[in-house]
Amino acid sequence: MGIIISLVAVIALTLVAWIGAGTLGLHYLFGVIIPYLALAAFVFGLIYRVVKWAKAPVPFKITTTCGQQKSLPWIRHNKLESPFTGWQVFGRMLLEILFFRSLFRNTKMALKKGPRLVYGSEKYLWLAGLAFHYSFLVIVLRHLRFFIEPIPGFVMAIQNLDGFFQVGLPIIYITDGVILAALVFLFFRRVINPKVRYISLAADYFPLFLIGAIALTGILMRYFEAFKAELIAVKELAIGLVGFSPVVPEGLDVIFFIHLFLVSVLLMYFPMSKLVHMGGVFLSPTRNLANNNRNRRHVNPWNPDVKVHTYEEYEDEFRELMKAADMPLEKE
Amino acid sequence: MADDKKKPEELANISYRLPEKSWMDTPVDFRKGTYNYGAVAEKAKYLGLPHARKWQPMDADWQLPENWKEIILEGMRERLDKFRSFRIFMDICVRCGACADKCHYFIGSGDPKNMPVLRAELLRSVYRKDFTAAGKIMGKIAGARELTVDVLKEWFYYFFQCTECRRCSVFCPYGIDTAEITMMARELLNLVGLNIDWIVTPAANCFRTGNHLGIQPHGFKDSIEFAVDELAELTGAKVEAPINKKGAEILFVAPSADYFASPHYYTLLGYLLLFHEIGLDYTWSSFASEGGNFGLFHSNQVMKRLNAKIYMEAKRLGVKWVLGGECGHMWRVLHQYMDTMNGPADFLEVPKSPITGTVFEHAKSTKMIHIMEFTSDLIKNNKLKLDPSRNDHWNVTFHDSCNPARAMGLLEEPRYVIKACCNNFHEMPENTIREQTFCCGSGSGLGTDENLEMRLRGGFPRANAVKYNHDVYGTNLLLCICAIDKATLPPLMEYWVPEVDVGGIHEMVGNALVLKGETRRATDLRGTPYPEPEPAQSEGKEVAKDV
Repeated sequence: MGIIISLVAVIALTLVAWIGAGTLGLHYLFGVIIPYLALAAFVFGLIYRVVKWAKAPVPFKITTTCGQQKSLPWIRHNKLESPFTGWQVFGRMLLEILFFRSLFRNTKMALKKGPRLVYGSEKYLWLAGLAFHYSFLVIVLRHLRFFIEPIPGFVMAIQNLDGFFQVGLPIIYITDGVILAALVFLFFRRVINPKVRYISLAADYFPLFLIGAIALTGILMRYFEAFKAELIAVKELAIGLVGFSPVVPEGLDVIFFIHLFLVSVLLMYFPMSKLVHMGGVFLSPTRNLANNNRNRRHVNPWNPDVKVHTYEEYEDEFRELMKAADMPLEKE
Repeated sequence: MADDKKKPEELANISYRLPEKSWMDTPVDFRKGTYNYGAVAEKAKYLGLPHARKWQPMDADWQLPENWKEIILEGMRERLDKFRSFRIFMDICVRCGACADKCHYFIGSGDPKNMPVLRAELLRSVYRKDFTAAGKIMGKIAGARELTVDVLKEWFYYFFQCTECRRCSVFCPYGIDTAEITMMARELLNLVGLNIDWIVTPAANCFRTGNHLGIQPHGFKDSIEFAVDELAELTGAKVEAPINKKGAEILFVAPSADYFASPHYYTLLGYLLLFHEIGLDYTWSSFASEGGNFGLFHSNQVMKRLNAKIYMEAKRLGVKWVLGGECGHMWRVLHQYMDTMNGPADFLEVPKSPITGTVFEHAKSTKMIHIMEFTSDLIKNNKLKLDPSRNDHWNVTFHDSCNPARAMGLLEEPRYVIKACCNNFHEMPENTIREQTFCCGSGSGLGTDENLEMRLRGGFPRANAVKYNHDVYGTNLLLCICAIDKATLPPLMEYWVPEVDVGGIHEMVGNALVLKGETRRATDLRGTPYPEPEPAQSEGKEVAKDV
């Protein structure tokens, strides 16, 4: 159900751009107005989300420890899995964000005859996740060449690295293949693994299809003669957008507008969807807090006043019994 | 008990096949043996909890307050603003499914709503409907649903089918902690008077008498004195166990089960013997006669109310610092909550071992250390004479309790003590220990008789790992440092691996500890006779294990 809705939605969005920019020729709307709106929605939406998270206090330090605490000097402290200082937390977060450390731990349970439970290593999700995210990042960075003139050195370097194998003309980027493969894997994993299919919502399929469609239109424009984009025109549009003096040059095909429109949709959709995990992961209290609770007091800004039971009340209730049992008393 | 007639083979015949229908369309089934009874009104009233009433989960009508929905949604809004964890965990899950087969309840039951991700979605779906634009507009397509009485019942069932063990949070790429979500859900349920008795009654008892079992001061004294007498019989040692002694150096706080239940009791004997041998200047407290805190399973407010007594009592007695016994969730509270809730403990001193001089800098703010830290330091500094052969009748393995493992990182200290006290120690398979340890299946207040089937299911992954060790190494004793473990692992073992007993680490310490002037002990702390030494061997030669 979620699959069909999502697929239909992405097809419909493609048709919107096709008809709007192609048939109706609304190039300014699809080339300038929508991208600007999308960018604004992305930036303000993301800020809104992050501010909303950041405004909520962290009342307790609830680190999930995945290694030995720092205690006695002769016991080897696991600095990255149970960080004690800010720098160690930084290290843990780097591992999480750059290498998906927690997902790397993933296992797969199976119930065998006996009964015997066994747990095998399960790294495919980690690998596909990593492949997807890094390809996405490289592709985004590569696109900077359209927006900046002269093209910065690091963008050229990334581009050269991505085309390292020097295969094909134009040279095939590794990430174009990797991102498609990763998306295909993530999609089929969602469909084939019964547990994951059962928990999946339309909101899980939609971004896969949307990003897949963006990647496909991009690939068509780069590698297939029939869809080749006029690179000079694309750059002119991009530079215009960046400089807030937008112009819509001649020579842009409908496929380019579809690509751009889908990217705009992704930008708008981003802050209100699960894709905000990009920001949220930095703020996750089980990972970004040090396990030094007993060493440094954590303050809860709303620490409530509560009714406690005092020793005096306790002794008042049990004084006679305590006296009979010869226990020390505050008041005889 | 409900389903104790089911044989282990039947119970282990778990189907992981998923229903055809969406989980949103699958209503909850309160099957006997898989849920806990509701809180007794009188106890809830004693704690001043809202909407206390006579009520049971199997009733058709839960007699909810008229504006229950408003109360829940308002409570949710309040908590979204007070806990960043809650808001973030509602927003960022991508449903990757990495957590799905990490939950002991899912593994043991096959019920998809026991996958941590779905457990959270039970709450998240309502969050989407009432707190997000996408959910308001697109409804079910966006994974949103209306809060109804059926949804509330589903919450009650599944959020009291999570032991807050945090195993799933180890694997989550965003560190989403289901325990935190369960804690929020339980707080919400509490707002409309939905609690379970096994949480509210101990909490009410603890508030009044200082311990979960409701033992009054003289009863507490009796229990400790009984143990002292028994030690005299077992070892000949004349142990002193001061209670409510002002001016002692250290306040010792243990879970109440240690002095009232078995096999906890042998751990108590171990503590007493150890403190006696090193001449520790310490005191028990009848007022702070409970380290555990069932408030943790109820709400942050009740947790704070119960926890307050520890610092209050430390102050009244004028001790320098606090030492805590073997307990799991107790240490979640002491390590992660106490200082924040009831600190700063500026009237105490940084814990310093009077025997070794070691200063426990890592606890310099909270001023409370774990007995594993204390004892491992004693052993490291050669302050104890240990004869591990006195534990040779045991072939042990160690169950990391959830909270010390995943909320403290207390992993090596207990192992160090075990290795010093036992010659036969084998770890369980690596995916079932340390930070990946499996829950006993009965934590967070779910260890009731009426919930037995679910407990046996939830404890299955742990028991299965113990069985592996039993089959491969001949393991016959499962060590743990948690009072709930000690109460609930014995029936679990009896069901799945009947050859294995359960014990605490300080029981092993107590067995191995060679007292000054002591030559030979006739029995271990359980009263099991040691074999007579063969005459040819040099009697009285103590083998202090070099560690």
